[in-house]
Amino acid sequence: MSDVRESTLDDTGHESVQLLTPEGERVEHPDYAFTGDDEMIRGFYAQMALVRRVDAEAIALQRQGELGLWPSSLGQEGAQIGAAYAMRPQDYAFPTYREHGVTITRGIDPLRLLTMFRGVDTGSWDIVEHNTYMYSIIIGTQGVQATGYGMGLERDGLVGSGDPERDAAVVCFFGDGASSQGDINEGLIFAASYNAPVVFFCSNNQWAISEPSERQSRAPLYRRAAGFGFPGVRVDGNDALAVHAVTTAALDRARSGNGPTFIEAYTYRMGAHTTSDDPTKYRLADELEHWRARDPLSRVRAYLEGTGAADAAFFDAVDADADAVATRLRQQCLTLPVPTLADTFGWVYADPSPELTEQLARHEAYVASFEEAR
Amino acid sequence: MSDAALAPVRTMTMAKALNAGLRRAMEDDPKVLLQGEDIGKLGGVFRVTEGLQKDFGEDRVIDTPLAESGIVGTAIGLALRGYRPVCEIQFDGFVFPAFDQIVTQVARIRWRTMGRVPMPIVIRIPYGGGIGAIEHHSESPEAYFAHTVGLKVVTCSNPVDAFWMIQQAIASDDPVIFFEPKRRYYEKAEVDTTTQPRPLHSSQVVRPGRDATVIAYGPMVKTCVEAAEAATDEGRELEVIDLRTLSPLDLGPVFESVRRTGRAVVVHEAPVSVGLGAEVAARITEECFYSLEAPVLRVAGMDVPYPPSRIEEDYLPDLDRVLDAVDRSLAY
Repeated sequence: MSDVRESTLDDTGHESVQLLTPEGERVEHPDYAFTGDDEMIRGFYAQMALVRRVDAEAIALQRQGELGLWPSSLGQEGAQIGAAYAMRPQDYAFPTYREHGVTITRGIDPLRLLTMFRGVDTGSWDIVEHNTYMYSIIIGTQGVQATGYGMGLERDGLVGSGDPERDAAVVCFFGDGASSQGDINEGLIFAASYNAPVVFFCSNNQWAISEPSERQSRAPLYRRAAGFGFPGVRVDGNDALAVHAVTTAALDRARSGNGPTFIEAYTYRMGAHTTSDDPTKYRLADELEHWRARDPLSRVRAYLEGTGAADAAFFDAVDADADAVATRLRQQCLTLPVPTLADTFGWVYADPSPELTEQLARHEAYVASFEEAR
Repeated sequence: MSDAALAPVRTMTMAKALNAGLRRAMEDDPKVLLQGEDIGKLGGVFRVTEGLQKDFGEDRVIDTPLAESGIVGTAIGLALRGYRPVCEIQFDGFVFPAFDQIVTQVARIRWRTMGRVPMPIVIRIPYGGGIGAIEHHSESPEAYFAHTVGLKVVTCSNPVDAFWMIQQAIASDDPVIFFEPKRRYYEKAEVDTTTQPRPLHSSQVVRPGRDATVIAYGPMVKTCVEAAEAATDEGRELEVIDLRTLSPLDLGPVFESVRRTGRAVVVHEAPVSVGLGAEVAARITEECFYSLEAPVLRVAGMDVPYPPSRIEEDYLPDLDRVLDAVDRSLAY
């Protein structure tokens, strides 16, 4: 059922890994193979559809004034789900604020993604329970943090122990914009120097708000890895199968103690940077049409329909499940509890100073004075 | 080790006291590790970590690439795995590449996780002038960090505090910026390594007096004690207080002192405007208004970049400038 492609160059003329064409045809690659079965591919589809539905609901909530802001993941579901499915529970993820497909696949309730954007908390799920760090807001800061976490795994004897069920690695997610930040580059340097078990997963979605990826790099990003002394690979970021295969190989390499890998998932941000952005000011509709034809969900659906691996009832059930999650999400979002300012005082220090405690007491007395005056 | 090195009370320089404190912290807790530039074989440019890599190995005393943001950022990742990293920033002026990781990350992770995830990181920074150094090697950047909520900031002024405070900072579940007055690294004192003298976040009266209160920290404590000794020639008894902790401040002993003396002079090397002295003066005014006989005065560096070393003595507060301020306070 698979064809061998004549070339492994993508339509920008660079080496890239693709295992499922935009038309839904499986193709082979000399170095990478998708090892999952159709059941797994159905799972990819269902998860991508769920993430897309959650994203649409969040945008609607923002438009209705229920969220302050929302960064859409539309169009990047293939990269996010392919990478997240390659991770094991013991692996650790450092996501960006657009990585909704990663966080949901790591088992985090989508409601927890909304809290920061509704302004009711600081945007933290239980990072220990999910082995998934908070969304990084300052671009690129996670580059060095992920490497430090990998250095910790090495010191804990969880890298290259020979027990694949135990060994662990880190995936550091970032974008083409972050690739210009010093912290990403320092992360690459430290990871190379210590041979740390880190997969640097760059979702090149072509746009850093209004700046095209050519503003960040004149050379393809995956080629940067050579300068740091470890492998770099570009993968079709809208091909969940290829992303899964490439990320699985990179994680195996990292867990077994062979060091970092740089993955450039070549994808596209179909939506605005965030709900505050207006992409019509800086990019053309033609570009969207080009990428719409390469949609990550459509090609998986075409494959499943074309091979008979899924029927109409499957797709109906996927849509119904996603709608149910979205309905629940909306209800729960509107009733999210709001903390008090006093609550936040308790989060700052393990051992708060008498001055801070006194400041809080003064504030509470001030607030209470209004109650007493009623 | 020689018998002298094992003696419970021994004479040490501040650099050796820090070394001994780090050594004991590493012996007590296998999760403590050190990161920095040139801290391994070389033992750091001030030799504070001398011999530690040989004894604890390269996995616990880590020579890093030359990138301060990387040093602090990787420490965050290590802390997330349960380690207690101690980062060495080689010189005060080199901390700014790490400023973002310290201010937007280290200081906020506990807060952002709603108290769930501690950040027990210590960032050691040799600071201050008076050693004839070139630019960016004599800075006093403590106010930036004291202004950042989520951090704790301390500074030692003598070998006893150096030995104990570094261990207390490492034991803290909150991140601590640990300023070391580099011009005092090689001054000696007897250190009792068996008895912890006082908590980390406490100030200390280092010389009692009744005529005026002189408040200092880090490298200026010795200067102020010398000024107090000189003042006795004129029959004046100055009380000198070593703040030791800059965030949180421990001003109880300061208020108690100022209520007795009615006069306060705050001394630091950092530029005078919007520095620690301004905060201390404001708090004294709030708490001791009716006891004050004179406005709180500040003796500090000037609002120019730290000068070339041939003229640094004109910039740095010294004995005479401290006594001049005391004279002005007493003349009110």
